[in-house]
Amino acid sequence: MRAWKFGDDVNTDVITPGRYTVTTDRKRLGEIAFIEYRPEFSKQVKEGDVIVAGNNFGCGSSREHSPVAIKAAGISAVIAKSFARIFFRNAINIGLPLYVSEDADKIDDGDDVEVDFKTGDVRDETKGISLKVKPLPKFMEKIVEKGGLVEFLRSGGYDNV
Amino acid sequence: MPSTITEKILANASHQKEVAAGDFVVADVSYVMAHDSTAPLAIEAFNQIADKVFDRDRVIIVFDHFFPAPTVAGATLHQKSRKFVTEQKLSGFFTNGVCHQLLVEKFVSPGDVVVGADSHTCTEGALGAFTTGLGSTDIGGAMATGKCWFRVPESLKFNLTGSTMKGVYAKDVILSIIGDVGADGALYKACEFTGDYVRNVSVASRLTLCNMAIEMGGKNGIIEADQKTVDFLGGRKGKIFKSDKDAVYADEYDIDVGDIEPQVALSPAVDNVEPVSAVEGKHIDQAFLGTCTNGRLEDLEVAAKILKGKQVARNVRLIVTPASEEIYFAALERGYLQDMVKAGAAVCNPTCGPCIGRHGGVLAAGEVCISSQNRNFTGRMGNPNAEIVLGSPATVAASALAGKIVDPRGYL
Repeated sequence: MRAWKFGDDVNTDVITPGRYTVTTDRKRLGEIAFIEYRPEFSKQVKEGDVIVAGNNFGCGSSREHSPVAIKAAGISAVIAKSFARIFFRNAINIGLPLYVSEDADKIDDGDDVEVDFKTGDVRDETKGISLKVKPLPKFMEKIVEKGGLVEFLRSGGYDNV
Repeated sequence: MPSTITEKILANASHQKEVAAGDFVVADVSYVMAHDSTAPLAIEAFNQIADKVFDRDRVIIVFDHFFPAPTVAGATLHQKSRKFVTEQKLSGFFTNGVCHQLLVEKFVSPGDVVVGADSHTCTEGALGAFTTGLGSTDIGGAMATGKCWFRVPESLKFNLTGSTMKGVYAKDVILSIIGDVGADGALYKACEFTGDYVRNVSVASRLTLCNMAIEMGGKNGIIEADQKTVDFLGGRKGKIFKSDKDAVYADEYDIDVGDIEPQVALSPAVDNVEPVSAVEGKHIDQAFLGTCTNGRLEDLEVAAKILKGKQVARNVRLIVTPASEEIYFAALERGYLQDMVKAGAAVCNPTCGPCIGRHGGVLAAGEVCISSQNRNFTGRMGNPNAEIVLGSPATVAASALAGKIVDPRGYL
């Protein structure tokens, strides 16, 4: 799948500018992802593509519209050197897979990247390399296994941990 | 085991004797907050989990990001949140202040665990509570269960000593720290502010320090409660926790605030910090005083004193939004608002105002705004082709008079 590469400190005002988030409509949010920062993104992104980024991806506001927009645009995973913490939680909660990898910057924009969602293996097919991925803490794995926080809480939630 | 204040509060709220950084805990929450921008998604998540909130007196909804509604889309979101407030019979519903200011004025006590669907919920930690921003689904979950999971954060200790020179304020101190530490220098960590500077400044200034913990990636900002906090609480009781002397910190910073000059953060990053002298003379088109960072009475006071009897430059519009109704009335009583209006300011109702570009005060292409807010990201104030410069209320007011960025020390 095509990799869309971004730099360090990509903030939520860049992902989903405030004046466009006056909606909870997923489809509309998918259309506005990176609307000013990278206007071609939402027009060209294909279902299953991935985002790769540097440090502190998703910093700034707590707005969940940002991971929702990325997911609704068709992105299947975000791979970054590190994530801002609220964005990280939000993505886990809504079922957008995230991978923390020191090697994220080895991937170039446009590379073909394959993610095995069962094993958590991330491979850059263009470069022929596998990325070292930091595993999620066990607690968060349980939320991911349920497909997000809503399902986690509906199915016994905190009584199960 | 010696513990930090953050560890102690999370241990208490999760009914454990002690917890350490890195542990995962499920904590009882004292208050759950969402505002007009984040509540709608939180309500959608809540509706999938439960029929009834865990406690109608502990779930708080504030309309502050776009109130009164400027668009049909905004009004529609308000309608959705109002329906939730009515159905759930929530006792805490407000439209007269910035959510964080209302929480510190009316609810938060030392030792509380408070979660808010707004990243600047770290502000409230200045009262000696663990307070942090979360997204809407987490908040929907907390509304339903009264609980939230946390990874106990490592702590950074900012030991602030000495006193600032005239014309230097808490905003300059925190901007200077963020410039040094960087936008992710405190990632996932608790930012604990301590030292005689912190003890000596007002609760309002402490709120300014904690407010910007998120701008260096922090999970929470926190300051031990003391007599000043107790006086501020006006009868609200809490449980006061203090860090042990030999508690473990990931890093400690010793900072003499006497060395700090007035600071600005230049577009488009909060850690892009320079002394104001580096950009003196830069033209501005708008000056904005307010927000959860710097819309409190002492902020309005310093600005009003600078502006009194003078006129804002012809090329500048000055916008003022007190952070709450209480502050609005206090500023009115003291004549600050009158002084600012006479100087040419537009005083607006207590909300977030132009900070997030959704409610007036939008910039044209190529324009520059000096603002007392906490973020200067591209497009933040509604135009990706405009610039936002962050500074103290004094720098905002002095620059508004001069029509360009100036060192406020010449205007005091």
